[in-house]
Order: sequence, then structure tokens, then C-alpha cells
Amino acid sequence: MMNYLFTEEQQMIKELCRQIAVEKIKPVAAEYDEKEMFPWDIVKVLADADIFGIYIDQKYGGMGGGILEMAIATEELSWGCGGIALAFAATGLGTFPIILFGNEAQKEKYLSMVAKGTVAAFCLTEAEAGSDAGGIKTTAIKDGDHYILNGTKQWITNGGEADIYTVVAMTNKSKGARGASAFIVEKGTPGLSFSKKEKKLGIRGSSTTEVIFEDCKIHKDQLLDKEGMGFIVAMKTFDNSRPGVAAQAVGIAQRAVDEALAYTHTRHQFGKPVSSFQGVQFMLADMATQVEAARGLVYNAAKMVDAGEKDIAGVSAMCKLFASDVAMKVTTDAVQLFGGYGYMREYPVEKLMRDAKITQIYEGTNQIQRSVIAANMIKSLAKSK
Amino acid sequence: MNIIVCIKQVPNTTDVKINPETNTLIRDGVESIINPFDTYALEEGIRLKERFGGKVTVVTMGPPQAEIALREAVSLGADDVILVSDRRFAGSDTWATSYTLSQAIKKIGEYDIIICGKQASDGDTAQVGPGISTHLEIPQVTYVKKIEQIDSGKAIVERMTEEGYEIIETPLPVLLTVVKEINSPRLPSLKGKMKSKKCEIIKWNADDISASLNDIGLDGSPTRVVKIFTPPQKCGGEMLTGEPDEIADKLSDIFKKAIVG
Amino acid sequence: MSDERVKIILNKCIGCGLCKPACPFGAIEIQNKKAVIDYTKCTFCGACKEVCKFQAVEVLEFEGPAGLDLSEYKDVWVFCEQKKGTVQSISHELLGQGRKLADDLGVKLCAIVLGDGMENKIEDIYHRGADIVYLVDNPKLKHYQDEPYTKVIIKLIQEYKPEIVLCGATVIGRSLISRVAIKINAGLTADCTGLDIDPDKKILLQTRPAFGGNIMATIITPNHRPQMATVRHKVFKEAKIDHSRKGKLIKKDYDDTTYFSSTKLLDLVEEIEETVNLSEADIIVSGGRGIGSPENFDIIKELAKVLGAAVGASRAAVDSDWIPYSHQVGQTGKTVCPKIYIACGISGQIQHLIGMQSSDIIVAINKDPEAPIFKVATYGIVGNLFQIVPALTKALQSKMGK
Repeated sequence: MMNYLFTEEQQMIKELCRQIAVEKIKPVAAEYDEKEMFPWDIVKVLADADIFGIYIDQKYGGMGGGILEMAIATEELSWGCGGIALAFAATGLGTFPIILFGNEAQKEKYLSMVAKGTVAAFCLTEAEAGSDAGGIKTTAIKDGDHYILNGTKQWITNGGEADIYTVVAMTNKSKGARGASAFIVEKGTPGLSFSKKEKKLGIRGSSTTEVIFEDCKIHKDQLLDKEGMGFIVAMKTFDNSRPGVAAQAVGIAQRAVDEALAYTHTRHQFGKPVSSFQGVQFMLADMATQVEAARGLVYNAAKMVDAGEKDIAGVSAMCKLFASDVAMKVTTDAVQLFGGYGYMREYPVEKLMRDAKITQIYEGTNQIQRSVIAANMIKSLAKSK
Repeated sequence: MNIIVCIKQVPNTTDVKINPETNTLIRDGVESIINPFDTYALEEGIRLKERFGGKVTVVTMGPPQAEIALREAVSLGADDVILVSDRRFAGSDTWATSYTLSQAIKKIGEYDIIICGKQASDGDTAQVGPGISTHLEIPQVTYVKKIEQIDSGKAIVERMTEEGYEIIETPLPVLLTVVKEINSPRLPSLKGKMKSKKCEIIKWNADDISASLNDIGLDGSPTRVVKIFTPPQKCGGEMLTGEPDEIADKLSDIFKKAIVG
Repeated sequence: MSDERVKIILNKCIGCGLCKPACPFGAIEIQNKKAVIDYTKCTFCGACKEVCKFQAVEVLEFEGPAGLDLSEYKDVWVFCEQKKGTVQSISHELLGQGRKLADDLGVKLCAIVLGDGMENKIEDIYHRGADIVYLVDNPKLKHYQDEPYTKVIIKLIQEYKPEIVLCGATVIGRSLISRVAIKINAGLTADCTGLDIDPDKKILLQTRPAFGGNIMATIITPNHRPQMATVRHKVFKEAKIDHSRKGKLIKKDYDDTTYFSSTKLLDLVEEIEETVNLSEADIIVSGGRGIGSPENFDIIKELAKVLGAAVGASRAAVDSDWIPYSHQVGQTGKTVCPKIYIACGISGQIQHLIGMQSSDIIVAINKDPEAPIFKVATYGIVGNLFQIVPALTKALQSKMGK
């Protein structure tokens, strides 16, 4: 096994999150998947264990860790269940805008809440604005000391369950991308509502809804940074959060390797364990190697973000792209290694395959990641000339 | 409220394996854990602290490596941890063990409630908790499944019996032994884990707790192990095969014979 | 250290290594061809001395408390546990074994009965083998309470000096007898599965499982009296009833301070279980992870109903919330010892086996032929429990019906 030379604290996070995954998440994962419930009891466990505060400054009651610590936690929790882990991971997505762009008062209030276990959500995507964030229709119109929000956000993870929503809306449509701004909206604000939960292929232990703003009036203090910073907020947030999605993919993939190894070792055909057949061994070896490579990429990207490196868009996209493709491949292979049993919901691997798929899609599809990577390559070529 | 929780470090029996050649326990590499029943005692102590304020002091008697169990207790929320350890304690039976722990508790001094697990998973005696309360001459309630209320020097608790439960009022201080039903123990927190790495372990030997040397270790133990042996192993019974109906038929005959005979 | 109670006599030890595996506590290593004891692990049990062929192990014997005349103590006592005025079956089992011990020693078997209005139950205790019954009958002893019961028994023991006291390893017995033993500085051994008299020394040999039943230990109380032991349910057979037997009643009563209890019993709540009490049951049908859902437990319950059995469960089934914890068999649940134990869909983790492996007949039904449960099973069936269990229920219905 690769040794990533973690600090004592990182090792502690890894061990505790694995313990939570094994003892608390794994036993209930199938039930949450089946019933499509939001895992409030797991949220409580994570909050009590200080996991929600891992990446939040100690000043606000957090543990003072960074993206690497968050990635380690996300990976281990996702090993237990990729859907349930999202209650934690998507809260990170909703919280990064505040960490990166919030003023002291906003940080003091909201980061302290998150550190104690308040769930957050990030609201960007709309029906006509997915990969092309420039198509955003939701508006935020200044009205004295307030903004009035109108519009509908789609496929919002933690929607309806979160108490804190960071929202990107247009404050000046005429300026296009530069006319977008980011806001913090609290659950319970009049005019904020949610659609019913979406029915999904995988990550069914997470909540995905529309977040609807109808003359939703918020104080101007809820604006993050300045007007017009909305897209910068979104892009910087994604640069920070992509290692998290990638870590989720690695966690799901690692579980697939572990399940496949255990199963092929106990399953006997032709009088011996199927893991003694070379064809099976080659598959297991490839799976394990790919997962390890993905993990190395994720940790290194996370370390770069934590070190304050400027050019992280490219590596951040690379780790998300690679890890999610690996997760899809490895989970599909695991189903194959389980044979007919793998296709049955009584066994855990078909769920892994369903859960893995989303990591290739959300927080920028893998096609968009490739565009980002290529754009960065071309940009640096231009620079070097 | 001053709460004392007594814990024991035990081998994790889920890991216990038997060497098939010598029929002895393979103890190498067997992980040591906090006695599972004591985790409920610790959790209840921490919950009482959360409800009424105060302090949770955890005490264990054992070899130096029992320190690990105490650090785990800190990671779960214990405030002070005490390791009562001395070569002279070796060979203690339940009499000497409960005497030793009661001397340590006397040294701690002020307490309102002492909580123990109902028994330890390695010895299964359930004698040490009642033993401590007897040495300390305080009331006890064993097999507690719920602490209903505590106020003005009294507690009302539910005690499990074979048929149901009893509701008992007891003055404080009292020693309670608790059963699994009482709560569901929490996992450690990150902050607790960090604290546990650095926390100071208070270490007391026989002199520190003013123990009478005639009452500790082997000298203080009325019972003596004279022989250890492996029980005759049940091995490989008869396998029944055939269609479900045939198997059912065979089994029902076996049962009928066993019940009637 | 020189004051260790177990020593290797170095000029006799040849480093043959026999003692190393014999040590149940892993305390012996062979270094430079000599056995070396790790005193942080050694409990001075002497297992090494028994296997040593070279008399190279010395175990120092301990001298008992000064001034105790062991010969003053005689007779075998059984604490007869009563609930609501009914003597519990565990006490009948203890009377059966107590009779044997008393006969081996050539002493009397005595029963102690504490309660309220128990005098009409005494005749039956004579029939079950007691020569003498010590009865303390007082309204304040109607229900068990730690303090008055402890004080009464201590007074009886101090006055009549029994050499052996047996008590059930029940909720009451374990709470009570531990306090008594501490107070009078007696030896107490819990959960004995074997009780015999050493023919030479005339002392009680108490055998009990340790480390979850993986090893057995024989324990004595050489220098203290009485020798006290608790015994679990179903370990010994109930005493045979002989209506011709007669006995002697000794009634005692004490002052109010003896009956005082600082704890107060406010209420007794009985929880009606849908089936028989697990630890009392003669037959138990248990379900494990293989059952799959709470609804599927119905087939287990149906089989239990036909057999008049109790329903048990493995930890996996309980942790999945398929069935309440009160049904759990195993290390963190109940230890059971029925005549027949039927394990359905239970793989047989060690913590489960510990709780049921002393059952007379164990039937295991599991789809995995490698499941460890088959190692302890008297009858094993590899197959689909959802076919076999209902078939068995049906077969029993027709056979039992006849």
C-alpha cells in the first residue's frame, strides 16, 4: 500500500472517518439507497465527531485543516456510501464560497454553524445553464438595503435539507458573466422553497431538489464579496471542490476493489477460489493500480490547493476527470467480477456502479474538465513563448 | 456532579483464535479494547456530565499498556483518567480487584455516582461492580437500563430483571452497573482524539492508594486458579442433505426424540 | 524480581518449550534455551508447572488469613431464589448438585430461603434434597433488595458457618452474592459449569469457562471459607423429587436495622415477551444476517411456535433492527444453554458461538458451507433457509399434532 506520509492529524481523520464508514454508514447504506432518505442520523454522527469542521478555521470552531484533510474524509466516508458522504462533501461545496469570499461577519456566523454540523448547499445550475454558466436566468435585483431573488436552481445537492444556500444570481444581466453575484440565503427566508426530491440513478442517500426563489428578499449583507464577482466565486469554488468530488470517486472505487477482492477470494468455481485465475487477477491488479494512481493525483492536487498555488484549475480538473473515470471503470469491473450476483441488489457492487456515474457528471462534466485542462495547456504554451 | 467510571482493558474476543495444534489461545496480535460493557458505562457518564455538568473521571486497574484504553476514554469525553498499576496487583481475583479499585476511588475522594459495565467480556463474573460498592459501603443498583432522574441527592433508575424491570430509588452516592440497553455509545471526536494524544495519565501504585498489602494481588485473593485446560471441542457434526422436505422430516424426528427423551 | 510467585529454576530448565504453549496467558518465551516469564502477563496459574517434565517451575503457595479455623466450617448451602413467593428452577438445579457435593463430603445440604410467607414452600425443598432449611420470613424480604438480603445472609453464614455456598448466576444472585463474598472475605467463583469435591483435600473444585469459553479454568478457595460459587441456568439437572424426604426447619428473624434498605423498590414492571424467556428456554430458534429483513423473521417465529421455543438472534440481526436486543444471543447478548439450538442464517462469529455452544443439540442452517457455525453444529444443513425452515415447521406440525 502506498504511504502518503500523512501528519498525525491527517492519519487521525482517516482512521476516524473509516471507523464511521464501517460502523455507522456501511450498515445503513443499502437502506438509505432503497428508501432515498437524507441521512440525518449520520450527519449527527459526523457533527459530533467534529468532521464537519475539518476544513474550517479553528477561529470558527473548526479543526483548521484544508482541502487535503477534506479529501481524506470524503474518500473514507464515500467508501461507506457515496450518497451519504455527500451530506458532508456538498456542504463543503456550499461553504467554500464563504471561506474564500466571505467577510469576517459572514464567516463568524456561517462557518461556526457549519463547524457544528449545519448542512449547506451550492446553487448554480439551472435548466438552461449547466456547463454554460453564462446562461443563468435567476436574478437578484437591488431594492434599497435588500436584494430580491427570482428564479429556479436545478439539481441542487442537499436541497431542502440544508440550512445555508450559497446562490449565484444575475445582478446585472447586461454585463453577462460579469453581471453575476453570489449570495448567502438562509432556509426559512420568505420566498425560498424547494421542489420535491429528484429520483436518481445513484447517490440516492443524498437529496437533490430544485431550489426556488419567488420574490425572495435578503439583506444586502448577504452578498458575498462585491457585485459582479459571482462567476469568480463559482470558478474558485470549483477549483477547491474538485479534489473533493475526485476523493468521493476514489472512495467508491476503493470499496469496489475491496468488495471484488473479498468476493473473488471466497467464491469457488472449478474447485478453487476464482481469485486464483489469472484473468481475474489481472483485472484486480489493474483496478487496484488505477485507484492508487487516482488517489495520488487527488492528494497532490489537494496539497497544491492548500499550498496556495495559483494555477490549480488544470490539476484540479485532471484529478476529478481521472478519478471519476477510474471509479466508473473499476465499479463496472467489480460488477463483472461478481458475475450474476453483482447485478443483484442484494450485493453491494451494483450500487457502487450507480453511485460512481455521477462523479463523471457533476461539478462540471468530464468533457468540460477536458476543456479546462486543454485550455490551461494552451494558455501555458502561449505564456512560455 | 462528580462521576467515576471504572473500565477494564480486555482482549477483543472477536479476534481470538485457537492454535489448532496446541489448542491454546493465540494472543499475539490480539487487539486490546475497552470492555464492551464498559463503553456503555462511559457513555452514560459522559451523558450525565452533559446533562448536569461536572466531571467524568475514568479509572482502570491493569498493566501499563492499559493506558491505551484510558486515552480512548479521553477521546470519547473523559476529563481525568487514572491508571492503577503495580506489579503487586498481579494475580488479583475479583475480591482483590474490587478492593484495589475502591481504594483508588477513595483517593479520588468526592463522587456522586460510580458507573461500571455489568461485567467484563473476558471474565464474565459481574462481581467487581458490586464488590466496589461493598468495599466503599455505598448502595448499588446492578443491571441498570435507564437513569430516569437525578436530583437532590437521589436517583431513580430502572434495573433489568429476567422478567422486566424494577424502578428503584437510591440515595447518592451510588454505584450503578449498566447494561447495553442504556444507551448507544458515541464514536470519538477529532478534538477528543487530539486531546487524548496529549493528555496526562495519572498513575497510582499500591502505596499511592494506601492499599493494605495483604488485600491486594494474590495475597488478597481468596480464590486460586489451579488448572487451565481446553474444553473438549465439538467438531464436525453430521451434515444432513437432500430435498428440504426430506431434511425437515429427518430433523423433526431428531427433535421429537430429544424433546420426549 | 525475586518475590515472584512463579519461578523458573534455571538449572533444571532445558528450554524444551513445553511450557510456552501451555501458558494460557502467553507469558512465557524461550530465550537462550531457558523459559522466561513475562510477569506483566503471568497470573501465577501454574499451568506451566503442570506440563514441565523437569520440575523446573516453582509455584510458591500462599498462606491464608491468620486465625481462620477451616474445620469450623461445614455443610453445603444453597441460596433458594424466590420471586413472588415461587422458588425459581435454578434453585432446584442447585439443590440437585448441592446434594451430590454434600454426600461426597458427608455433610448436610441446607437451603436458605428469604421471603414473605414462604413457610408452605419448605416441604418441597426437603423433597428436593435439603436436610435443613434456614428460613427468614419477613414482609420486608418479600422482594429482593441488595442490602437487607446481603445482611441477612451474612448473619446466617457467620452464625452457622457453611463450608460451601451455592447461588444462581441470575440477576439477583450475581448482585447479592458478590456483596456477601466481599463482606465476609470469602472466595467466589462465577458461572461454574462444573462443581466437584477434591477427594483428598475435601475442597470444592470449581470449573468455569474463561476467555469466552475458549479455555476452562479450575479454581479453588484454599484458605478462606465459605467457598462460594454461582452457577448458570441449565448447567445442572434439577433435583429429583422424593416425597418421603423430611428436613429440619430453622427459622430466624432479625431486628429492623438488618432489614433496612437505603434503596427503595418503587415499582416492578413485567414486560410480556411474545415467547419464552431465552435463558430459561429448552429450545431456541435463532435468526441471523441470512434472514434479511424484519418480516422474514416470521418464519423463525412460526417454527419457534410449533416447537414451543424461544426466538433468538445474532448480533447482526439485532444491529440491523430486525428484532429487539432482548433476543440477542452471544457475548454482548444472552448466554444460553438449551436442549436444542437452531441457528438459521447465522454464520457463527466467535461472539455468537460463545453464547450458545454449550447447547445439547445445535442445528445449523446456512447457505455457506464454509460458515464457522458448522464447526459447532451437531447437525448441519447447507441450503436455503427459506425453503428448509418452513418445511420443518410443516413437518413438525403434522408430527407433533399426532
